[in-house]
Amino acid sequence: MKRRDSLKALSLTGFGLAVNPVEAAVPAPPDVKPLKIPGGRQKFEAERDARLNAEKFFTPHELQTVTVLSDIIIPADERSGSASQAGVPAFIEFMMKDQPKNQTPMRGGIKWLDNTCTKRYGKSFVLCTKAQQIDMVEQIAYPGKAKPDMTQGASFFSFMRNLTATGFYTSQMGIKDIGYVGNVPNQWDGVPEDVLKQYGLAYEERELTQGK
Amino acid sequence: MDPFQIQKAPVQYDVAIVGSGAGGGMAAYMLAKAGAKVVLLEAGGYFDPADPKYITQLKWPWESPRRGAGTTRAFGDFDAAWGGWDIEGEPYTNAKGSDFQWFRSRMLGGRTNHWGRISLRFAPDDFRRKSMTGVGEDWPIGYDDIKPFYDRIDRMIGVFGSVENMPSEPDGIFLPAPKPRLHELMIRKGARSIGIPVIPSRLSILTKPVNNERGSCFYCSQCGRGCQAYADFSSSSVLVKPAMKTGNVTLINGAMVREVITDPATGLCTGVSYVDTQTLQEVTVKAKSVVLAASAGETARLLLNSKSSRFPTGLANSSNVVGKYINDSTGASRSAFVPALMDRKRYNEDGVGGMHVFTPWWLDNKKLDFPRGYHIEYWGGMGMPAYGFGWGIEAMNGMIPGRDGKMHPGGGYGASLKDDYRRFYGAYVGMAGRGEPVPLESNYCEIDPNVVDKYGIPVLRFNYKWSDYEVKQAKHMQETFEEIIHSMGGIALGDKPNAANNYGLAAPGQIIHEVGTARMGNDPKNSVLNKYQQAHDVKNLFVVDAAPFPSQGDKNVTWTILASSMRTSEYLIDQVKQKNI
Repeated sequence: MKRRDSLKALSLTGFGLAVNPVEAAVPAPPDVKPLKIPGGRQKFEAERDARLNAEKFFTPHELQTVTVLSDIIIPADERSGSASQAGVPAFIEFMMKDQPKNQTPMRGGIKWLDNTCTKRYGKSFVLCTKAQQIDMVEQIAYPGKAKPDMTQGASFFSFMRNLTATGFYTSQMGIKDIGYVGNVPNQWDGVPEDVLKQYGLAYEERELTQGK
Repeated sequence: MDPFQIQKAPVQYDVAIVGSGAGGGMAAYMLAKAGAKVVLLEAGGYFDPADPKYITQLKWPWESPRRGAGTTRAFGDFDAAWGGWDIEGEPYTNAKGSDFQWFRSRMLGGRTNHWGRISLRFAPDDFRRKSMTGVGEDWPIGYDDIKPFYDRIDRMIGVFGSVENMPSEPDGIFLPAPKPRLHELMIRKGARSIGIPVIPSRLSILTKPVNNERGSCFYCSQCGRGCQAYADFSSSSVLVKPAMKTGNVTLINGAMVREVITDPATGLCTGVSYVDTQTLQEVTVKAKSVVLAASAGETARLLLNSKSSRFPTGLANSSNVVGKYINDSTGASRSAFVPALMDRKRYNEDGVGGMHVFTPWWLDNKKLDFPRGYHIEYWGGMGMPAYGFGWGIEAMNGMIPGRDGKMHPGGGYGASLKDDYRRFYGAYVGMAGRGEPVPLESNYCEIDPNVVDKYGIPVLRFNYKWSDYEVKQAKHMQETFEEIIHSMGGIALGDKPNAANNYGLAAPGQIIHEVGTARMGNDPKNSVLNKYQQAHDVKNLFVVDAAPFPSQGDKNVTWTILASSMRTSEYLIDQVKQKNI
């Protein structure tokens, strides 16, 4: 910048401010509603969660792909619903924002899948027929036997499978499905008798009598 | 009364205590009960696990948008540790080739809010390792000096366990131990068949009430979240709250202590200066005695930062030993799959927070190529699913025949995959060794000459490398883990750790048992504190965290911190009565 130009720039900013009260240079605090901090959270965590919840990571197409894939991984059956019915896509969306290192493997993986489907079937994954989708998934669902041109897809699918399993089994539906019956106040008095018998195990005498 | 005058009149406390963890909480409790006016300074915020504002206990994973992942808390959203290995604005550094990881909890009660509640006594031999092996250092006290305090703490705070009569694992005054869970019975049967002992664990969890102020355990397995019934030990619930009820304790939260103030004429402490973490104002409190309990790392940092013309190398550091001999427990682990546990019957086996059985050190180091022992902790069972559930099944389900009896490739999708998650649930076990390291002068922390934290306080720089002693111990752990896994018909998971990765030996600091930065001893030339944890150089300065410990045994040190702090507090009271301070 020439000296004359820089002087002009100064006159428009620094000099201009000189006629205003000094406080004008300090931006007013944004008018935000006080955040309600949920029980058990630190303030910075509550603020961070609120910020992440207000952001969007997936495009509609990506979210649709994640939904279809998660339901292929964990479909509904007689005992419980599917991954998407348990809210897995929303959980995956959150984890992309919560741990940004997830973003490239996920976004790139979806793109890899679409590129490969376009090559094989002339359409992106979600537009393929159910049979084509399963044909594609078969190529990448078993990392130990994936062909050399499918290994990146296998890594992506394992990533999706992990997120889907965690999202499903940490949901209310998934915990009921897996049969976890704890997290309630109770009295622990040892392994049930029929289970001890099943495994051929027994408590020691002192364990049966102590505290009695 | 003219309030102005009160503000102007300088308050002088009898004792200023820095830190509210196990050591500081006990000191506050003992001194306040004895009638001393105490100011208790805690860098973090207030915490009460029974206040809905702080409760995470009994919450479900779906109540966390990340399902409990450890994004902002190292041990997950529900864990009662505010802080971790990395705290925004509070850095520490490592010298070249060093990788020490420093865990800090910034909250009332410090790290006792989420700790494992493992409450082991040191054995007589743990106090005289140098005499026995030629390496390390002896303590200036022995088991008989500290036993009466262990006994009092057992009764006052409560610990469950079983009488075993093992010289290396002294018995305490125990509450009933909970019965082992199914996988623990299987581990015990297997390990015993190959000569490895497995005994009930010793945890400070109340299987029976010890007083009217604390409830008893309701078996949710979540001690790490803090207990709303106060049925486990945390310094905040069990020591600080009753101490405050005496009316003798002024608790100041958000007080990041920067310096211990001394009188240049007498060389005695006159108080401490702290930075208010909210207002960033510098505040000085005056006290007749100062008790440091800020954790081994923070206590060393505070002493080293308290330089003056009279104490040019830092306070109480004429020996130049402050910061040296820092040592953390060794740690290595292995997990396994137990086919016999597939398709288990479902029932609630949450139990207490942590293992119901453990393996104490059982071998003679004279017959081994490393000088110190380790104990083994176990996990497994039908726990509450959390972030990470089901992760990595592609490496598992290819190893186990399907319901049709045939092998299938690992990974998969759909109905058969969903079935595998159900079949495998509750069929995993794991084990972790926690061993005694040899404290070395070459492992130390010092003040980084270039870096300050957001309060302007110079930070610690660590210099820490494991020696061959610890690496060989980790190698032995890995051999033992495989033997135990095979003895119970399990399949060890992952590759066996080897020399290339130090046999899975965790980086120092990861086990969060660091001690020894202001060690006690009889000789002021090579120790910082005398046998009462009183500074050789400054008679009204005491340290009651784990900084004074010349070694740590293979015993988690909290119970010994509590016993030592109780002992030092009574010594301080006695010294005041005798007008020596």
